Amino acid sequence: MMEWDVNIDGWIIAAGICSAMACALPGTFLVLRKMSLMGDAISHAVLPGLAIAFLITNSRGVLPMFIGAVIVGILTAVGTQVITRHGKVESGAAMGVVFSILFALGLVLIRQAADHVDLDPQCVLYGNLSQIPLDALDGGVPPAVVNVALALLLNIIFVCALYKELKICAFDPQLATTLGINANVMHYLLMVVVAVTTVASFEAVGSILVIAMLIVPAATARLLSDRMGTTLVLAVIVAGVSAVLGHLLAFRGPGWLGLDPSVAIETAAMIAVVTGVLFLITLVFAPRYGLVGKWYHRARLTLQIVREDMLGILYRWGEHRPGEDIFKEDLLSAVGRGTLARIALGSLQRRKAVESIGSDRVRLSATGRDAATKLVRDHRLWEGYMATHFDIPLDHLHEPAERIEHYLGDDLSEQLQKEMGDLGEDPHGRKIPE
Amino acid sequence: MSPSRSPDHRRFEHDQVHHDDDSPLSIHDMTVAYHRKPVLWDIDYAAPQGKLVGIVGPNGAGKSTLIKACLDLVPRASGSVRIYGKSYKEQRRVVGYVPQRESVDWDFPASALDVVTMGRYGRIPWCIPPRKNDKEAALHALNQVGMGDYAFRQISKLSGGQQQRVFLARALVQDARVYFMDEPFAGVDAATEAAIVTLLRELRERGRTVLVVHHDLQTVPEYFDEVLLLNMRIVAAGPTSSVYTEENLQKTYGGRLTLLTEAAEAIARSG
Amino acid sequence: MRVSARSISTVLMGALLLGIVVAAPAGAFGQSDPSTHRSITDTRFDWPTWSSVVRVATLRDHNTRIVVLGTTLLGLAAGLVGTFAYLRRRALMGDALSHATLPGVAAAFLITGEKNLTYLLLGATVTGVLGVLAVLAIRQSSRIREDAAIGIVLSVFFGAGLALMSIVQSTSTGNAAGLNQFIYGKAASMITSDATMIGIVAFVVVTGTILMFKEFRIVCFDQDFAASMGRSVVLIDLLMMGFVVLTTVIGLQAVGLILIVALLIIPAAAARFWTDDLKAMTMFAGTIGAMSGWIGASFSALLPKMPTGAIIVLTAGILFLFSMVFALRRGILPEAVRRIRLRRRIALQHLLRAMAEIEERTGKPTPIDSAELVNMRSWTQRDLRRLTNRAKGAGLLTRKSWTELELTKLGRTHAQRVLRNHRLWETYLIEHADIAPSHVDRDADEIEHVLSEELIDELERALEAGQDIPPSPHDDTPDTARTMP
Repeated sequence: MMEWDVNIDGWIIAAGICSAMACALPGTFLVLRKMSLMGDAISHAVLPGLAIAFLITNSRGVLPMFIGAVIVGILTAVGTQVITRHGKVESGAAMGVVFSILFALGLVLIRQAADHVDLDPQCVLYGNLSQIPLDALDGGVPPAVVNVALALLLNIIFVCALYKELKICAFDPQLATTLGINANVMHYLLMVVVAVTTVASFEAVGSILVIAMLIVPAATARLLSDRMGTTLVLAVIVAGVSAVLGHLLAFRGPGWLGLDPSVAIETAAMIAVVTGVLFLITLVFAPRYGLVGKWYHRARLTLQIVREDMLGILYRWGEHRPGEDIFKEDLLSAVGRGTLARIALGSLQRRKAVESIGSDRVRLSATGRDAATKLVRDHRLWEGYMATHFDIPLDHLHEPAERIEHYLGDDLSEQLQKEMGDLGEDPHGRKIPE
Repeated sequence: MSPSRSPDHRRFEHDQVHHDDDSPLSIHDMTVAYHRKPVLWDIDYAAPQGKLVGIVGPNGAGKSTLIKACLDLVPRASGSVRIYGKSYKEQRRVVGYVPQRESVDWDFPASALDVVTMGRYGRIPWCIPPRKNDKEAALHALNQVGMGDYAFRQISKLSGGQQQRVFLARALVQDARVYFMDEPFAGVDAATEAAIVTLLRELRERGRTVLVVHHDLQTVPEYFDEVLLLNMRIVAAGPTSSVYTEENLQKTYGGRLTLLTEAAEAIARSG
Repeated sequence: MRVSARSISTVLMGALLLGIVVAAPAGAFGQSDPSTHRSITDTRFDWPTWSSVVRVATLRDHNTRIVVLGTTLLGLAAGLVGTFAYLRRRALMGDALSHATLPGVAAAFLITGEKNLTYLLLGATVTGVLGVLAVLAIRQSSRIREDAAIGIVLSVFFGAGLALMSIVQSTSTGNAAGLNQFIYGKAASMITSDATMIGIVAFVVVTGTILMFKEFRIVCFDQDFAASMGRSVVLIDLLMMGFVVLTTVIGLQAVGLILIVALLIIPAAAARFWTDDLKAMTMFAGTIGAMSGWIGASFSALLPKMPTGAIIVLTAGILFLFSMVFALRRGILPEAVRRIRLRRRIALQHLLRAMAEIEERTGKPTPIDSAELVNMRSWTQRDLRRLTNRAKGAGLLTRKSWTELELTKLGRTHAQRVLRNHRLWETYLIEHADIAPSHVDRDADEIEHVLSEELIDELERALEAGQDIPPSPHDDTPDTARTMP
């Protein structure tokens, strides 16, 4: 197995982290503005910019490449707009037209230059991370790392300086315009930043990682947070973690899989995979927007509904037959029996809302009675509300109220109270408890 | 007092509900929710045969949703719908539909005739192109709505009113017994409005039932025999003369149903 | 004025892009003298000889025939099915699909250990479909929008593919080299059996599209209506996506997975410029796709160094730009020409109307001083001179002296009709649209020139107008008192 070398792996990871984080920052705004694919388009389209810059200046200098890329980046955004507006082509398709033509052009140009430089089509896709440390002059900082670090710095400054404007534009471009912020200018500015980041990262990590890092960390963060600032920070963290894990897996992965240790996995590709896996994990396990979270929440809600149904039944039983306690089995069968009913009853007993009388009967405790009273009260007030406002036959009142009573929180309950509070009886003539 | 039951119980019971078999449309206890947020609650309604029915209510009251739920275009959370006593699936042939004009892309490469011919697609088997008699029927329907001269015009070059007439013509070639129309009067010129009204009356004379989502409160008594006042629930339904009262309108539009909206929000949040 | 400036700038922009595409390879590299020393940065372009051009164009080589036939059929199929993907706004879904094929190709090779095209394409299909399903699943189950879902699937699947490819490359020796062609495409390596396979799939796609034409059309236009008639939108969508998958997978080898989406989108988008009829659009798209395949493959046969997929896409791109600028129906240039013509016609009608109004005031046909005309509208002397020259050329007026003009008989007929339309419309607006008389003139000005015969008939009916010219509703003319209530 290859030895871990701080000088080599350190620089690779540094380059990976910097470019991943640099991409994640503007990427968050792309995802929020529903323009994710613009990032995809630009990262494809900068290719001819790089190639032309190289062919004209015959060098791989930073400045010409940078200028070429910015021009092409803007050209993509403008071209898409022109085709959408004047050609009446839907914007997604227009983007597809522009970036595929530009990418094809870039490929042809690169192939033309391929014999002479190491700008070959493979590098376009996954860059040259493993070569980075070798470029370092006399143990100094490798130039590629300097480039991506600069890009990261630039993006941090960009986001910090224009945070407010970016936020408003992402939220509501029209509002931004009325506030005196030119949303169009912000749009192009964002495009330029994306193009610059793409170029800076291109050499190190290739286009595939650029697209992945623009979109995936931001989408992951979206699943974890509703707030702009938090989303940004989370996206950057996800990007950084992916970079580290990605390289580790690329480096150690083959060994763990029992493959020949000489097997090399492209670090950039592996980073993209890792970030995808992180996204998937978040999609499933995120507390609020994850699938498991939703399932758990729903299950709890179902349980709560059964519990409240039980309380309601106990209360009404008490109304009908004061002093007589209900059989446990009757209570369970009234809510449909089954495991759910037993769990609900158990949980009510644990909360001391229901107490056992002897071995086979149950009754409401004092706390249980309070909760039940509130439920039944809400239920009957709701029936009253419905009957006042809608033309509903009496026998159709119960079920809607039955459904809604579980969802009326304190606020709504209070409002209901305010509107219908002086109602002494529900439409069926039953007393509304205080 | 009815005993409390679990939600599953309730759903099971609905299958046994008796619908009015003679009614062109009978809805029983229908609830529709988008992402768990109820937009229609417990709708019970039976439309009378051969009448023009206006569906009226404020924005967000669920008017379009009501139509779409009847046509199985949005899933129902509970309840059932019968068209002449049978499910929509069995009765598709007797139902005509006019969606909202804004729901389609009018820049689509098609002529007015192409669009109207689509009304016949339901009765042409898969993989068989429309025949000459389908085109003739479409042309006839276009003439009926006064659009015969525009048959071969690209649909984006038609005015809003003309586009709406094309949609009506498409429903006409469906030759249905019950029509559902989603805001056919929205954004049309006076001439088109008059043409549509004439057409609706013709349909009624031929014994068709037409349910129309309508926005203009002033014209309701003039256009419709029956009215259904809707604001998430049915506020009132029946003959226009008796139901279309100041009081009922006040209930529907008066903004006193905030509790209902908020309860819907609460349910949405809880899920 | 503004409109045309914009269209012209657009045309220029298009021309510029076209210029880049055409000139860049030639211009940037130049054609240096072969005898000079080749430096390391020499990027000379190898021009094909005339005889090789002829050989390729006439399909003399068996190999060229196979490749050209294969890519042409591919372009045809992609154009047809792409039309519907485009109209259904699923164009970029194809991008996610094609990128997601890579892990399948690599995995199939890792598992089978051989470069059997059938297995590779089978693997591609499996992961490609998985990719599409993943996009749908992400969109359905979370708050992530479709655009981001496409981006996620595209980059992550592709990353996984590249990771697998790097394993393939470092484990197997030599025989895995060909796998890379799936990324950028290499039509030159196409053999008879490949072309046959493309032919079969193209046949299936073409037949399927023809058979399903009616269903595809209605789902693309109005899916709710289709569903209300009992057509299963899901099933129709599945079939459509199925054709897209088939086309993508067989196109991988020739065009490559990054650019195959272009072959789905570009011909369809280009075809839309030429026609407003779906059938015609489908045929145009098929033709443009086929042409791109043919021309692109021929070019790449001549320039073996060039990636075939890119050349095919560039060809399609040039056809697209050409369509966008020149297509008669919706192209930018014909549109601009139509606008200029309309503006000219309007200017001419303004002149005629002004003259008719002066004649109306004087009550008889008279020569009119151009100084008087200049005052009637915001014309400059030069505008007026140019306009009168044009009118003279059309035989509408004659020049009595240096400054005096007189309508010819033809001109007078025209002028009076223009004036009548204007007045009809003005009256209509006042009577029916509740517009203040002071604003009417301007509104009438814009509409009257585009009034069709049928609309004028309708106007006449609405106003119960006779054949004479209605009097002007404005205060500044003597006959106002008669018409104003």
